[in-house]
Amino acid sequence: MENQKPALMVAALENGTVIDHIPSDKVFDVVSLLGLSHIDTPITIGANLTSHKMQSKGIIKISDRFLTEDECRKLSVIAPNIVMNTIRDYKVADKKTIQLPDEIRGTIRCQNPKCITNHEPMETVFDVIDKKNGVLRCRYCNKDVNKSDIKII
Amino acid sequence: MRKGFTLFFFLFFTDKVIHNLLNLLHIIRNFEDSKHYSVMDKTGRSLISLEGLDRNDIIRLLDQAAQFEARPDRKTLDGKIVATLFFEPSTRTRLSFETAVNRLGGRVIGFSDAATTSSTKGETLKDTIMMVSNYADLIIMRHYLEGAAKYASEISPVPIINAGDGANQHPSQTMLDLYSMRKTQGRLDDLNICLVGDLKYGRTVHSMLTAMRFFNPTFHFISPDELRMPEEYKEYCRKNGIRFEEHSVLDHDTIAQADILYMTRVQKERFTDLMEYERVKDAFILKNSMLEGTKDNLRIMHPLPRVNEISQDVDSNPKAYFFQQAKNGLYVREALICNALNLL
Repeated sequence: MENQKPALMVAALENGTVIDHIPSDKVFDVVSLLGLSHIDTPITIGANLTSHKMQSKGIIKISDRFLTEDECRKLSVIAPNIVMNTIRDYKVADKKTIQLPDEIRGTIRCQNPKCITNHEPMETVFDVIDKKNGVLRCRYCNKDVNKSDIKII
Repeated sequence: MRKGFTLFFFLFFTDKVIHNLLNLLHIIRNFEDSKHYSVMDKTGRSLISLEGLDRNDIIRLLDQAAQFEARPDRKTLDGKIVATLFFEPSTRTRLSFETAVNRLGGRVIGFSDAATTSSTKGETLKDTIMMVSNYADLIIMRHYLEGAAKYASEISPVPIINAGDGANQHPSQTMLDLYSMRKTQGRLDDLNICLVGDLKYGRTVHSMLTAMRFFNPTFHFISPDELRMPEEYKEYCRKNGIRFEEHSVLDHDTIAQADILYMTRVQKERFTDLMEYERVKDAFILKNSMLEGTKDNLRIMHPLPRVNEISQDVDSNPKAYFFQQAKNGLYVREALICNALNLL
């Protein structure tokens, strides 16, 4: 009975996206990044839920909304390894773990105020040095990005 | 008849395959040749950092510099124009590069202070580079922003040599340091090197660690606590099997083992606590008396400018090498310029 509770708390989707395994402290960053406060369709946001894999997790269900490649790329930066399910007609049409790519172009801002990318009209490029811990290095000034200070452009 | 046709086609296609393979080999060889430089750069011949160089590349460049020392005046750059764009002033580096161009018979255009250029009117770096590349065969640039040289190399149709980009890279300084070490010690392998002073912000000491990883060095990091070698560089040493010890005082016992004593300036503005600066500033000054009992082959190096971290009385000691070290920069830069223009 206890195990069924989370399922009862969250209604099934007919069409839309379920973003699962979000680290609890990143749930509202994801909400902000996807601009979910400005959409009209039903949204369910769960935070601090019990998870076998990661102790505590968040989950977001969005009706009638599908994520673009660009949104997935941005999500991979703030919360690597989240799972995205695309739901069509109550069925999981696609399920994928969003992982950091080898390089990230034009998505985040370099935190070094003396980096050329903050002064020229140009695209930022970051190399992913450590996928597991999400370590990113600016290809121009060679400074590592502090994970907690990532700013999406 | 049919056999003859088959044989003809077989030979024809075999010939094509071999031709294509040879082409591919040629492309690979060209790529190998340009890999010493930034792979991303547009011309394939820019020098932005030493990161991509291996042991053989470094030795090859040092050998070339030695040839320029034997005969510095040549006409290799006859008819070539080199632009020196110094968006922040740096007298020594600019004079050294411009002398190198002049000794090679080339001509120099450029500026030594961005205040006199259109960048003060808000012109982007891209526009300045595109404009200058219309006139020059090579651009040597110093910029106060980090990554500026790399960006320039991605957009410029002519090669870029990085003469320093903020606190990031200064490859010609590191090459002249390596050249000076090899010249005075007769080798680069197995050296005992003391790095003294500002090890936290010092660009030259960080680049030296990277370039020396091929040569089995032992480092002694000697600095005030506030300016210790950053953890990321110590981790780099551990990963690359570079031995190091940290010291918070410049004492005789440490200097006595050294082959190279590399001094850097402890700058007042680096300290958050000025009381701390006042306490340590005299602890990192090298005096002539401290050099008694040191190894005969010991040489004292400094990237210059020196303020007070090396006493004037050291200058007359034959172990003082900082002025000759700066002179070596000329030969190293002649080699780097000729490499960038593919003239060697």
